[in-house]
Amino acid sequence: MGMTITEKIIAAHSGHQEISAGQFVYADVDICLGNDITAPIAIEQFETLGVEKVFNPDSIVLVPDHFTPNKDIKSAQNSKLLREFALKHQIKNYFEVGRVGIEHVLLPEQGIVVPGDLVIGADSHTCTYGAMGIFSTGVGSTDLAACYATGKVWLKVPETIKFIFNGKLNEWVSGKDLILHVIGDIGVDGARYKAMEFSGSVITDLSMDDRLAMCNMAIEAGAKNGIIEPDDCTENYVNGRAQREYKFYSSDADCEYHEIHEYDVSALSPQVALPNLPENVRPVEELSDITIDQVVIGSCTNGRISDLRIAAQILKDKKIHPSIRLIVIPGTQDVYLEALKEGLIEVFIKAEGVVSTPTCGPCLGGHMGILAEGERALSTTNRNFAGRMGHPRSEVYLSNPAVAAASAVTGKITHPEKIN
Amino acid sequence: MINGKSWKYGDNVNTDEIIPARYLNTTNEKELAAHCMEDIDPEFVNKAVEGDIIVAGDNFGCGSSREHAPISIKALGISCVIAKSFARIFFRNAINIGLPIFESEKAGIEISDGDSVKVDINSNIITNLTTNKEYSFTPFADEMKDIIKAGGLMEYIKVNYCSS
Repeated sequence: MGMTITEKIIAAHSGHQEISAGQFVYADVDICLGNDITAPIAIEQFETLGVEKVFNPDSIVLVPDHFTPNKDIKSAQNSKLLREFALKHQIKNYFEVGRVGIEHVLLPEQGIVVPGDLVIGADSHTCTYGAMGIFSTGVGSTDLAACYATGKVWLKVPETIKFIFNGKLNEWVSGKDLILHVIGDIGVDGARYKAMEFSGSVITDLSMDDRLAMCNMAIEAGAKNGIIEPDDCTENYVNGRAQREYKFYSSDADCEYHEIHEYDVSALSPQVALPNLPENVRPVEELSDITIDQVVIGSCTNGRISDLRIAAQILKDKKIHPSIRLIVIPGTQDVYLEALKEGLIEVFIKAEGVVSTPTCGPCLGGHMGILAEGERALSTTNRNFAGRMGHPRSEVYLSNPAVAAASAVTGKITHPEKIN
Repeated sequence: MINGKSWKYGDNVNTDEIIPARYLNTTNEKELAAHCMEDIDPEFVNKAVEGDIIVAGDNFGCGSSREHAPISIKALGISCVIAKSFARIFFRNAINIGLPIFESEKAGIEISDGDSVKVDINSNIITNLTTNKEYSFTPFADEMKDIIKAGGLMEYIKVNYCSS
């Protein structure tokens, strides 16, 4: 029996020639990631062990991105804890404000994670890196602490669900819409504990930014990881950025899938997830009477340069609707600088939006755009649980950046084709 | 042996509801406990007493990886969580920090709010003392039992990796 790409990567990191779903392993970790919310607990836990040194400082990445630039004194204390831990243990991949970006935009961009890696992160959206042919999964702070000490993580090898996308995408339809469509189909626990493997001609034609957006939201279907077999697109993306040697894995023809879902997406229009679950998905044209108060364009899902380009394409020479607050958040400093060079930042400011330094900020109701009671946001982020972006009785709709930009212009949820 | 009163919730109770992000600027267990379940049941911390049990439907603890969620539940003195199913990061976090959790389809459906519930970990039996019904729960993998027996992942690591 052959193995899936997920099984192959876990096998290669746990000393097994062959491995199968359900097996329990302690796997060697290439990169373990923590942020300003999750790493403080990990550091405190690690220090209870009485171990002098971390297992491998080069495998540890600390990205204070959630509440930075520090939103309050307690957050500043947490960031300080990360900074001091990085100094003490000579962790080179600590990113200070000014160099920091949203973790799941930053790590692929900087080539810190590379194809064939096994990556854990104390952040649920760590599954993003599967887009590059990496086994990558979200864990908790204690897992991270254990990895600091041992270089390992306990894992149960997941079964894989394969998703095949055929057809040709319409204009304004992106990777975000594909993953929202899948979550709408299988539900928020439809892939619980499973690997989601995305394939088909549509994926082959998809950019790395769009692939990252898709794998980013695998967790919203409950998955352990999302993954795409590396190809020419992957090679073009990692070549020149990879900080370490990389290896391309692919699934064997005779591997075993738990389920296979096949979609023809030629007729798919941009998708929007309604409150309060990412599975409440409708085509954008069915929601044209929904008014909104705030639009957020950014996040680990859609804070990459191609996301800002498409938003700027729609907003160019326009003003947003007077009742709308538009918040644009480039994912990293490099994305910000590129957007500046391309004139995108000027487009957003002239449209009367605000542009923020890279931060997770409003996505999780942290800072930089909190909603009041009864307010409604349309956001390119990944979660729309009740109160996610602020007051427990505020609402979040999720969409791609083109829909978000078009809706900022009209004040209502709007198909980008309606904007000329 | 665990014995307590049930507080019943539905499907997809998410980590934002268990501990909202506005309280994630601290790692202090007492502070986190003071806001446990705040956005799904603002009165929970006032109603629940030490030893009580949370019972829920499918996918309990879905959403973010924040360990603050099981920490807030444990620090409040909740003795265990019984659910039809758990989201995977919440599941491993609970195992890792030593918050007892039990997956039981029927118990998650049939136990009602306010029922008196007993869990016998050794015999894998959940008993609803109010209705006199018994339920089994999904047994843990042997490797997870080792972590649970040690009292959590840090204790397990101490014995198995740090002692040599």
